[in-house]
Amino acid sequence: MKFNVPFIVKISVSWVLLFLCPLELSNAVALIQPASANSYSLNIESQHANVAVASNFIKPMQQLKAQFEANTAHTIGVSYSSSGKLFAQIINGAPFDVFLSADQVKPNELIKRGKASPHKRFTYAQGALILWSSKTLLVNNSPDVLYDNKFRKVALANPKFAPYGQAAVDVLNHLVLLEQTQPKWVMGESISQTYQFVATGNADIGFISFSQKPDHGSYWLIPADFYKPIKQDAVLLQNAETNAAAFAFFQFLKSNEAKIIIQSHHYNVD
Amino acid sequence: MGLTDSDINAIWLTIQLAFTVTIILLIIGTPIAIWLAKTKSWLRGPINAIVALPLVLPPTVLGFYLLIAMGPNGPIGQLTEQLGLGLLPFTFWGLVIGSLFYSLPFVVQPIQNAVEAIGQKPLEAAATLHSKPMDTFFHVILPLAKPGFISATILGFAHTVGEFGIVLMIGGNIPMETKVVSIQIYDQVEALEYAGAHRLSAIMLGFSFIALLLLYSFQKRGLANKFRIGR
Amino acid sequence: MIKVNSKSSSIVANLRTSLRSDSQVFELEVKSKFPITGITAILGESGSGKTTLLRCIAGLENNVKGLLEIGETTWLDDKHCVPTYEREIGYVFQDARLFDHLNVHGNLQFAVKRSHEKVKKVFFEEVVSALDIGHLMKHKPDQLSGGEKQRIAIARALLIKPKMLIMDEPLASLDNARKQEVLPYLAALQNRFNLPMLYVSHSTDEVCRLADHVIVLHQGKVVIQGSINEVFSSARLPHVYQRETSTIIKAQITEKNERWHLVKAEFDGNMIWLQDHNQSIGGTVRLRIIASDVSLSLNNEKESTILNRLEGRIASIQMDSRGSTALVTIDLMNTEIVAQVTRKSIDDLFLMVGMKIWTQIKSVAILG
Repeated sequence: MKFNVPFIVKISVSWVLLFLCPLELSNAVALIQPASANSYSLNIESQHANVAVASNFIKPMQQLKAQFEANTAHTIGVSYSSSGKLFAQIINGAPFDVFLSADQVKPNELIKRGKASPHKRFTYAQGALILWSSKTLLVNNSPDVLYDNKFRKVALANPKFAPYGQAAVDVLNHLVLLEQTQPKWVMGESISQTYQFVATGNADIGFISFSQKPDHGSYWLIPADFYKPIKQDAVLLQNAETNAAAFAFFQFLKSNEAKIIIQSHHYNVD
Repeated sequence: MGLTDSDINAIWLTIQLAFTVTIILLIIGTPIAIWLAKTKSWLRGPINAIVALPLVLPPTVLGFYLLIAMGPNGPIGQLTEQLGLGLLPFTFWGLVIGSLFYSLPFVVQPIQNAVEAIGQKPLEAAATLHSKPMDTFFHVILPLAKPGFISATILGFAHTVGEFGIVLMIGGNIPMETKVVSIQIYDQVEALEYAGAHRLSAIMLGFSFIALLLLYSFQKRGLANKFRIGR
Repeated sequence: MIKVNSKSSSIVANLRTSLRSDSQVFELEVKSKFPITGITAILGESGSGKTTLLRCIAGLENNVKGLLEIGETTWLDDKHCVPTYEREIGYVFQDARLFDHLNVHGNLQFAVKRSHEKVKKVFFEEVVSALDIGHLMKHKPDQLSGGEKQRIAIARALLIKPKMLIMDEPLASLDNARKQEVLPYLAALQNRFNLPMLYVSHSTDEVCRLADHVIVLHQGKVVIQGSINEVFSSARLPHVYQRETSTIIKAQITEKNERWHLVKAEFDGNMIWLQDHNQSIGGTVRLRIIASDVSLSLNNEKESTILNRLEGRIASIQMDSRGSTALVTIDLMNTEIVAQVTRKSIDDLFLMVGMKIWTQIKSVAILG
């Protein structure tokens, strides 16, 4: 039997579409109508919420999600990205219900623009800044390495928009080392990229979040009063007003159970 | 135009980078393109694929591996350190090296196609007219492949201007050194400075459009010449 | 430089090569020695290897083994192979191959600049006028007709001041009108520029017109070679050309007869009458007498419309193994002529070697 190519292509495309359609449809339904009952659950009270989370909070968030879903019948979907990108997406209609930012600036801005309720926001974590090196003996829990100038490059997140970067600048100002170190700065677009620079050895040392610290290498836990507190705020977004899951998760974040998880990842909580 | 100093520095740096990369690629890409066009060796397939890799590989993948390779633990990094050149990431020349990989197929392929289109016949004719290989290259291959070289230049330049993924990985955002326009726009979006981002993005869009317009108008003219039936 | 002296005034081409295309292999194996002067034609059907042989001599094929000597210069032997751009040849390709990025003048200058001998302005003008291309100088190749391109290709090859001109079926891609246009130029070239020529063709007509020496190829091998007359009047001429068996001779015009519009041509003491095509007295013409246009008679048949009757003696009779004909060679005064007759006639007339015989020549082709 002779098959001609157009025929085969048509058949393949039809099958692909057939398979994809149901998936697309169900996703669309879930996103468009977060308030209505989820047809797959047993409990008519359970709902689904979409949570946008700043990248630096990946590890604690994974645990929080597991705990939350174990405790309740609700489900949540999580998207990780930089706070700036998530902000841009939210103001352009992305279907998120809760936003965990890396700072307070973006939640403020969202409230200003009416995308979030001013009463539904709080500081869910406070970041701790450390100076870390992948080399075991370089940082001896003190700023000595900075004063001794025993490094080629120091990495920090871009202070223009990353709170950890701003904190690093605060620290350097405090140590009166800003001008001296600036020629050796290397800026990461995110705290994860900053970590990458140090982990690959391209920067000898770098300012990262305590929660990112791996077991190897050496570090200095910077005293909290050297920098403005890195307060990370969470907001309940406008289109989640009637989403029970979103509301439940928001509350869960304030619970002791959640606080214990967050603290275990080296964040501070009130 | 409302551009800040930071914007202008980024634009100037981007132009410098694109210029440098395009020229280097023309110099090293031309022999590669000609070899690929003419060789009958079995290596042709694999090398064609390697040259074309940056077309399909996500720039961040390329950038990530370059970060590791150029770092103190990687082969390139160790070489540069031995030569007393320090490390390449976060330097202008590190970006140049990264861009050489990234824009390679955009320069090699148009030249390769143009040389292939020339075929053997004009070269044989030239040989019978006492034209030695170098002479044939400059006086027969180059003029006949001119459209390919022009495409290669425009594409190489435009592609490097638009580069982002690689610079993101190995740039380090250093003003006047590695902070190119694409990074500048990215930073503005992150910092919620949308007006600035709009301005620069519009400029980038305009530039890319003009570059491609030039490219296609030039190519059409070349084709028209070929199909003209005289007398 | 090609060195030529009286001892080594020939080209020795013992060449072997094989060409691979897709799944087919073509083997060329040629052993030939031909004079370095005059026009040597390589004749054969398509696929016989003519172009391949030419390319081997020019150095355009890669995998050639053997020996190639041009006079005293060696272009190929076991130890080395001279690259094309160092061989003193001018090559005219079947498809002209003018450079598209240059106009006609540019194409010609390309050759002038690379000639090993300085090209004087006088020579340039001479070539341009010989090929009649002066009015085309500013044209680009895509504006030219096939015939014009070919003439320019020939001019370009001449301007490299080669010691030998190689032409690969230069008239093949032209229609009849164009062929007639270019052929006279080719014929005149030899005289005007005194250049040995190697000319490939599948047309016996062209070859008879132009060549002094012929190499006939079939399936990559030499079937017969020799002077033009030796080859064409031979019984060993390949079967495919058998109907073209002919005698080719140079004759001189000695007389004109205005009344009958005829001219008398003499060759080696023999004379024949030809149609008057405005040949000048004292001029030389090349004549072709097709063997099947020659009939034999035991007597001098004066009462016949055949004008040209020559007396001679039968020198040889070669029977054709297939078919009904035989080739009879007749000794005329100082020269020979061939006639193709039926074997039956030979039998009927009891023709034998040594016999006196009258040849009747029905028609003579004047080749120019």
